Amino acid sequence: MLHRLPALFAIAVAVLFSAACGKKETPPPAGAKSAAARPGGMAAEQIWKVSNGTEPQDLDPQNVTGVPEHKLMMAFFEGLAAEDPKDLSPVPGLAERWEISADGKVYTFHLRENLKWSDGVPITVDGIIESYQRMLSPKMAAEYAYLIYNFVAGAKDFYEGRITDFAQVGFRKTGERTLQVTLRNATPYLIKIIASHYAWTPVPVHVIKKFGALDQKRTPWTRPGNFVTSGPFRLKEWLPNRRIVAARNPHYWDAQTVKLDEIHFLPTEDVATDERNFRTGQVHMTNTLPAAKIDVYRKENPESLRIDPYLGIYFFRCNVSRPPLNDKRVRRALALAIDRESLVTNVTRGDQIPAYGICYPGTAGYTPRARLQGSLEEAKRLLAEAGFPEGRGMPTIELLYNTSENHRTIAEAIQQMWRRNLGVNISLLNQEWKVYLDMQHSKNFTLQRGGWIADYLDPHVFYEIWETGSGNNDTNWSNAEYDQLLQQALAARNDPERYEIYQKMEAILVDDLPVLPIYYYTSVRAFSPKVKGYYPTLLDNHPYKHIWIEQ
Amino acid sequence: MFRFVTSRLLQSLLALFLVITATFFMIRFVPGGPFTAEKAVTPEILRNLEAHYGLDQPLWRQYLDYLGSLAQGDLGPSFKYPNRTVNEIIADKLPVSAELGALALALALFLGITLGTFAAVRRNTWVDYTASTFGMAGISIPTFVVGPLLVLAFAIHLGWFNASGWYGPTDRVLPVVVLGIAYAAPISRLTRGGMLEVLHQDFIRTARAKGASEFRIITRHALRGGLLPVVSYLGPAAAGILTGSFVIETIFQIPGIGREFVNSAFNRDYTLVLGTVILYAVLIMALNLVVDIVQAWMNPKVRLEA
Repeated sequence: MLHRLPALFAIAVAVLFSAACGKKETPPPAGAKSAAARPGGMAAEQIWKVSNGTEPQDLDPQNVTGVPEHKLMMAFFEGLAAEDPKDLSPVPGLAERWEISADGKVYTFHLRENLKWSDGVPITVDGIIESYQRMLSPKMAAEYAYLIYNFVAGAKDFYEGRITDFAQVGFRKTGERTLQVTLRNATPYLIKIIASHYAWTPVPVHVIKKFGALDQKRTPWTRPGNFVTSGPFRLKEWLPNRRIVAARNPHYWDAQTVKLDEIHFLPTEDVATDERNFRTGQVHMTNTLPAAKIDVYRKENPESLRIDPYLGIYFFRCNVSRPPLNDKRVRRALALAIDRESLVTNVTRGDQIPAYGICYPGTAGYTPRARLQGSLEEAKRLLAEAGFPEGRGMPTIELLYNTSENHRTIAEAIQQMWRRNLGVNISLLNQEWKVYLDMQHSKNFTLQRGGWIADYLDPHVFYEIWETGSGNNDTNWSNAEYDQLLQQALAARNDPERYEIYQKMEAILVDDLPVLPIYYYTSVRAFSPKVKGYYPTLLDNHPYKHIWIEQ
Repeated sequence: MFRFVTSRLLQSLLALFLVITATFFMIRFVPGGPFTAEKAVTPEILRNLEAHYGLDQPLWRQYLDYLGSLAQGDLGPSFKYPNRTVNEIIADKLPVSAELGALALALALFLGITLGTFAAVRRNTWVDYTASTFGMAGISIPTFVVGPLLVLAFAIHLGWFNASGWYGPTDRVLPVVVLGIAYAAPISRLTRGGMLEVLHQDFIRTARAKGASEFRIITRHALRGGLLPVVSYLGPAAAGILTGSFVIETIFQIPGIGREFVNSAFNRDYTLVLGTVILYAVLIMALNLVVDIVQAWMNPKVRLEA
């Protein structure tokens, strides 16, 4: 059971450090295609029905951004590198192997033999390079283009139109099946992005060009009948707002490993409807579970409650140029006066992990040493030193959050903790999602509920956002030493050296507190125990070819 | 009649123009835009996105461009769904909402008029009280309570239906019933009121004196006048019910236009907001016109005048 936090931690750590130690599930030999030939243990019908949150914007990996889209991309596309099903470490994907040069700046990918798109057309190096050209072309205006142009030599110049010849960008064909990628700087975690993020996934340019120019946005190439994929599944049916059916792709290089015949993605927006669908057996897995339902499942249906760790942090963002939060002592006093254990046990209830730092403990083998520590007495003393003994004279801080039941209850709980522990009063202001985001990005707030979900499995993901000028910092916090350390981390020769630099950065963050950490997320779902091969992973990515349904 | 219709059409066109203009500018002045996201896009990417959708042009220019393409029947691309145009989304989703709405409306009219008539004829008896209780309950219990309750009973416990979805004919039953009841309630109350008024008039007494049967009196004489309030209610109600119900479509996961109506505003999908607003405005205007004509036909006191 995952009821208690230590158990949760243990699992997270086990998953990270040793894939081999994970709970062994031995699926029957793969390759079974017809129901009659299914070996014992596997259900005759290998159709996995999952709830997927909302209708995807599109199925073009270069045209989408959200989580529901990501879940679909994992069915339809494979990157040069792919993810291990248990710990998500990069494993060979379309490329059977790769080499990284000694200075870390040149990656050479060797494609597998006989790679094919789902229409049987070969996947070529030229096609992959053209695919990156499309991703980086200004007319495509791909929202994740920066995940390439921040790293690859010449890519930013091309994206901003300073050069128009794509041959000057760092993608080079050096053999029939070799692709060489030259980077601006050594980027030690880049291979993790390539493995986990669809921004790097090649698209079938031979199909795309049938429907318009290479860099033309919004063509119908992703419609059923047109859509061509490289991953374990291809598109069988797409009924907008009803369902998307992915069926096995016979041309996938590893088709014999794929166990499911079909995946049905249901775009169920309403969480209550989602949970009712689970109860009628329309889905094997909900997208989430309302906090109020968690205890009901614990009591009545514990085998269907699934709580996995999730690489993300929930925090309150401070605007450090606005009084009273411009005073570090006030920020620290507030941070110390939050009873995180009580919050996760009594309010959020989904086995969330109290956060006393910024980076998730155990991210790719890295656990920060610095930790927010201090007594309530210290908090009171700091507040008095800042000129607000027992909260007297302190202007009322307004906490901004986006309209949602969960955020409201968390905000109210913390409001109460601060009133009781420090005598500090805050007011709550809720705003509709986009208004709230607009206020965040224009820094029109004093204190704001925020969160950060990792795109790839590396501690860097928690540190890059606090760089001066980062589009997601939004705190007005800027620290020259911190920025310098971030650059040093990118130049580090190996992970231990790099992680030591992150330790210093964590210490700065925990000391200066531009954000008040609250808890680390978990993903909470109703989940049918019949679904096997779905392991707890920190990014909530689950390579689908390993999943199967038990009888 | 001809003059009436032409003048109403001209008025409607002017109103429609005002609605489009007001919506166009109002949605632009709401904070946040279609590309406002939790993970902020970089300034370079935002520039390219805005250039792609013409959002880098001055607002008046965008407005004129929009009117220009609108005149050609083009509602523009959707911002949220780059793969689809607003025309496509409406063509895809309006039929679903219209099907749900038409079925629910038929159920509502049948239930509402029957109950309302019985209540009026058997005034102050248990029939009347039952019908009134139904009417009050139907009006005051919102669909987001009735819907999940019916799902709990018929889908989860009895297993007769899916909890949500829009695949086979059985998936229509629960949403149609929930939406139908919601509209049957006001219709039954309006029918009862209208019928009570008519049943006290002289021509009904005359009919009775002539020895017409009660059934004939109600169907041939009373209903025509008694349903007048229902008819004037039906104009806007039908426009609303046919363009979908956000709540019902969300509870039952129905791919209708009602959800787009609300979600497009949340997404700042400017063109989709305008598209759905125009659709709704046109429907309301058209149905109100139809209602006026029907009323003139039903009620000799009403004359169609320009």
